[in-house]
Amino acid sequence: MPTVFSLIAGLLFGMGLIVAGMGDPAKVLAFLDLTGRWDPSLAFVMGGAIPVSAVAFALAKRRGASFLGHSIQLPNTRNLDQRLVFGGLLFGAGWGLAGICPGPALVLLGAGAGKVLVFVAAMLAGMALFAKIEPAIGNGRSR
Amino acid sequence: MMIDWNGFTPYLSLAGGGLIGLAIAILLLTNGRIAGISGVVSGLLQPKRGDVLWRAAFVLGLLLAPMLYLLFGDLPASRIEASWPTLILAGLLVGFGTRYGSGCTSGHGVCGLSRLSPRSMVATASFMFMGFATVFAVRHFLR
Repeated sequence: MPTVFSLIAGLLFGMGLIVAGMGDPAKVLAFLDLTGRWDPSLAFVMGGAIPVSAVAFALAKRRGASFLGHSIQLPNTRNLDQRLVFGGLLFGAGWGLAGICPGPALVLLGAGAGKVLVFVAAMLAGMALFAKIEPAIGNGRSR
Repeated sequence: MMIDWNGFTPYLSLAGGGLIGLAIAILLLTNGRIAGISGVVSGLLQPKRGDVLWRAAFVLGLLLAPMLYLLFGDLPASRIEASWPTLILAGLLVGFGTRYGSGCTSGHGVCGLSRLSPRSMVATASFMFMGFATVFAVRHFLR
């Protein structure tokens, strides 16, 4: 049962990305092009998503468990560390180069956009690479 | 600042955002999990017992979303302007950076912000800043 809901959530999430215009990397880049011909649309995606999910998080917090009895698993790290900044900067650089972030990458792959296969393969390689070197760089969380 | 009024889609983007928020709500209130795409995907690269099915179903939903969308109409245009080498570099940065920073546009930018997580505010500010900066650099110095 939870798996079915997870599938539905993935479908809706992907539909949302397409409807919102995030499935078009050129539009994403137009949003990031503040000093060019700026397309502010994608700010509205956050504007549409955050109120709905904020209600869900508030409800989840009050209930303490999901409607199917699963525990609500929220991150328990609290401190602000360098990883958030450096990781964010690296991710932002990649996002700004191609106009593709992880969700749209998978949706575009499903739509059969051949070029995205290369991006997704590289993205998975980047994730695997980080998992490999994470122990070596330490988690940076003590600082 | 010049606004690209032709590309501006406030209502669609708001509606798409609403769908994304709904998807986040469903996953949270059934599975108790956060719909952060980079986190969901990376958990499949290092699978743990009992923690695979919901992830795989969610990713499958994202991949199948374009087909669901096709039941309602043609897919909107999707323009990938980046060259092959750029896509590889961008993919690596996105994959590595999202793991390094513990999240991407969905996990930090929507889920984190909607529960007012200071960590997500820092991460979101970092990747937004670098996204803007990268597009500025590419469009002013590399063309």
